[in-house]
Amino acid sequence: MSARNRELANLLAVGVLTGLGFASVYIARQSEISTGSLSYAGFFFGLYLVAHAVCRFTIPYADPYLLPMAALLTGIGLTAIYRLDPEDAFRQGRWIAISVVFFAAILLLLRRDYRRLESYKYLFGLGALVLLALPALPGIGETVNGARLWVRVGAFQFQPGELAKLMLIVFLAGYLREKREVLAQGRLKDFGPLLLIWGGAMLVLVQTNDLGSALLYFGIFLGMLYVATGRLAFVIAGLALFLGGSYAVYTFVPRVQDRVSIWLDPWKDAQGAGYQIIQSSYSIASGGFGGTGFGRGTFTGTGGDQVIPFLNTDFIYSAIAQEVGLVGASALLLVYMLFVVRGFRTALLADDGFSKLLAAGLTFGFALQTFIILGGILRLIPLTGITLPFVSYGGSSVLANFALLGGILLVSNRAGARGGA
Amino acid sequence: MNKQITRLAVTGVALIGALIVATTYWQAWAAPDLQDRQDNAIQRVAQFTVKRGRILASDRRTVVAGNEARRVSGKTFYFRRYPQRGLFAHVVGYSNEARSRAGLEQSQNDYLTAANENLGTVLDSTLDRIRGTTVEGNDLVLTLDARAQRVARDVLGGRCGAIVALEPRTGRVLVLVSSPSYDPNVFQGKNGLARVGRIRADCKPANALYNRATSGLYAPGSTFKVVTASAALDGGRYTLESKFDDPGFCVEYGRRVYNYFDQTLPSGYGRVDFLDAMQFSINSVFCNIGKRLGPLAVLDSARRFGFFAKPPLETPEAERRASGLYDRGRLFRPKDPSDVDPGRLAFGQERLLVTPLQMAMVAAAVAAGGTVLEPHVIDRIVSPGGRTVLESEPKALGRAIERSTAADLTTMMKAVVAGGTATAAQIPGVVVAGKTGTAETGVRGVNTTSFIGFAPAGAPRVAIAVILENQRGTGGKTAAPLARPVLQALLGTTSNSVEG
Repeated sequence: MSARNRELANLLAVGVLTGLGFASVYIARQSEISTGSLSYAGFFFGLYLVAHAVCRFTIPYADPYLLPMAALLTGIGLTAIYRLDPEDAFRQGRWIAISVVFFAAILLLLRRDYRRLESYKYLFGLGALVLLALPALPGIGETVNGARLWVRVGAFQFQPGELAKLMLIVFLAGYLREKREVLAQGRLKDFGPLLLIWGGAMLVLVQTNDLGSALLYFGIFLGMLYVATGRLAFVIAGLALFLGGSYAVYTFVPRVQDRVSIWLDPWKDAQGAGYQIIQSSYSIASGGFGGTGFGRGTFTGTGGDQVIPFLNTDFIYSAIAQEVGLVGASALLLVYMLFVVRGFRTALLADDGFSKLLAAGLTFGFALQTFIILGGILRLIPLTGITLPFVSYGGSSVLANFALLGGILLVSNRAGARGGA
Repeated sequence: MNKQITRLAVTGVALIGALIVATTYWQAWAAPDLQDRQDNAIQRVAQFTVKRGRILASDRRTVVAGNEARRVSGKTFYFRRYPQRGLFAHVVGYSNEARSRAGLEQSQNDYLTAANENLGTVLDSTLDRIRGTTVEGNDLVLTLDARAQRVARDVLGGRCGAIVALEPRTGRVLVLVSSPSYDPNVFQGKNGLARVGRIRADCKPANALYNRATSGLYAPGSTFKVVTASAALDGGRYTLESKFDDPGFCVEYGRRVYNYFDQTLPSGYGRVDFLDAMQFSINSVFCNIGKRLGPLAVLDSARRFGFFAKPPLETPEAERRASGLYDRGRLFRPKDPSDVDPGRLAFGQERLLVTPLQMAMVAAAVAAGGTVLEPHVIDRIVSPGGRTVLESEPKALGRAIERSTAADLTTMMKAVVAGGTATAAQIPGVVVAGKTGTAETGVRGVNTTSFIGFAPAGAPRVAIAVILENQRGTGGKTAAPLARPVLQALLGTTSNSVEG
């Protein structure tokens, strides 16, 4: 079977699963929602058929599993969001449609050779910096839930950090490919850019008050630096720098201190700052082994009030874990794991430095982001407000993740064309 | 670069793997603990999706605790309702949104929420979940007689005290009223505790939540003489005909202990026998018996009636207390006879504190020929399908006294009601046996009064204990009259006008 036929078969399976998901939400909540809900599954399936058609035309040799996995993740996310609030699901569905168009545009534009992006690497680096600085600008920057990560222009709200992440990866892939030999020698003067990026991460941390984003950008950088130079010492030095810097920030940013103390003992302030993470743990715990079933979880009180705040963005995993239980949540995480495995496989198969760095960077960014948000929810690390790729409610996040998917697929297509997969 | 990419891939996969491990920890390992936490909002809400079993009085028609179904954002919630309001509050307790529970609502929660059924197959529960079946709990049928319970509440009339009635040969609790009471429905709303805290009565603190019947500790006064007499008769050292001289006091530790605090009362009965001593509750006689037997023998008799242990009952253990000697608020088991004043112990003073339930058990044991039955308030537990899940059987706690001793005590207690201190407990056409108690509280003229008894004396069907706080009169004047209407209600004889 050719790669694209395999992709189509996988997409059909995903379509059936998504249909089942919506059907079970509908059955469980008939009294609340209309039969129109079932059309979501159809619309969604149609959307992915379009994406598949574009892939068939632009990247015939690309990995056949990545798109279906992304479809499955967005399908699960949309079902969960729909279950929590049908109106949010409508908005999310619209964003997925926009993102698929964006995805198609990227594939169409770069189908001949995405590697020409390398020549614009400094432009991407600059773009990343500008995007990161946007929320800090007065007038358009916005603070949501204590973190300054948002930009608002009129009714249009956007989290530029998500796209900045991708631009940073493109820049790093180009820059590190060029400088990797020099850097590998380990002369101090070559580490100017490294320190610059560390400084940038710290700046992001201070400015956004968000440990998660800083950790994400810096983690991606260290991962790619390691891939480029093969020097573990750099990673260790970088981590030490990051931890030192974080500690310094910790000592004088109260919000970061709060996050850490909630992480260590949320029950210290169970009705206040710790409430969200505590109720989130309760939600996960009450899922148990098999979960309550889609549509049957408990998220509202006896008065119809919401039990966990920010459930559909930061805490969507807590909602999903309650309804699908350990079996379902583990399956979901295995999909993430598989996505990561396929992404790195693409990096391994790629034949040039830029492609390898790009695919590895994009994939590692995806894995790290998943870890940072879920690790926060599961209390492995302090909680930060970033989104769960493909699943969380949020337009910028979905858009950026489709771009990320496009990037990996482009690399994969090139490698596949050579290998004749 | 491939070596590095492989390592980075391993790192990425390990990060996701750590998430799976963490999820497993929360959903499998930590879950049971988290589910039990009181501030768990999910469980708080989830409990309302369970249709808790009803709690019914012994007639199986009087609903003591039921549910009201309401739909909120797509879910059917069952809210707890107590149609009898305060009447059964201290037995049934309450169950509210904050998952704080009391009484049977707390101790029988597993039956009421059908959590006892989780032995069913995984397939069954999965099918139930797919069908969205509402979990329906088991109904509790109580042994309590709704009519007699109402009579007991009415005769108490909000005064502080308690009435407990038992069926002597089975241990069934027929009446259990603690006063003042509260309406468990207030706990469904906000500030329930504060609202209950505002309930006032003629004692301080009124503490309406407190189950005086099972955890109220009172000085028993002369009702304890039944226990002393048990010790005296059981060993064969005394008989009903044993003779005593009553000078109006007895000498302890070189000092006179008068029969009454009030020295204006008759100074002494002179030559009396044991039966007279019980009939007129003569302290000096019991004082001397106590000195002769020694305190440990009397306490040993008490122990056989169930003192020094929490009486078994289905209510939560924290809502029951043991009767016995208390020293600085704690149960005190003397090893050495010199630790206890034998004379005062014998007529129910010393540091003796008893619960109304325990005193009802004493009366019931005498009525049942010497055997103490475990009191129980749940008659049976019935599944939603009508199947009897559990049925209470009479269970003996042990033998307190010989059969002959029980017969002698019955003779004595009949005399007390027929022509002694408890004539107010007489019922036309029914022979009642009983004993009164009046214990000083330390405030002059204010007593804790009590009555224990059973009827009909020939073939006892009901044993009863009444205890009242803050009374101006004696047990015979205040407590004994309350026993009569309750006994009548339980015996099915016509209920005469009730004294408030």
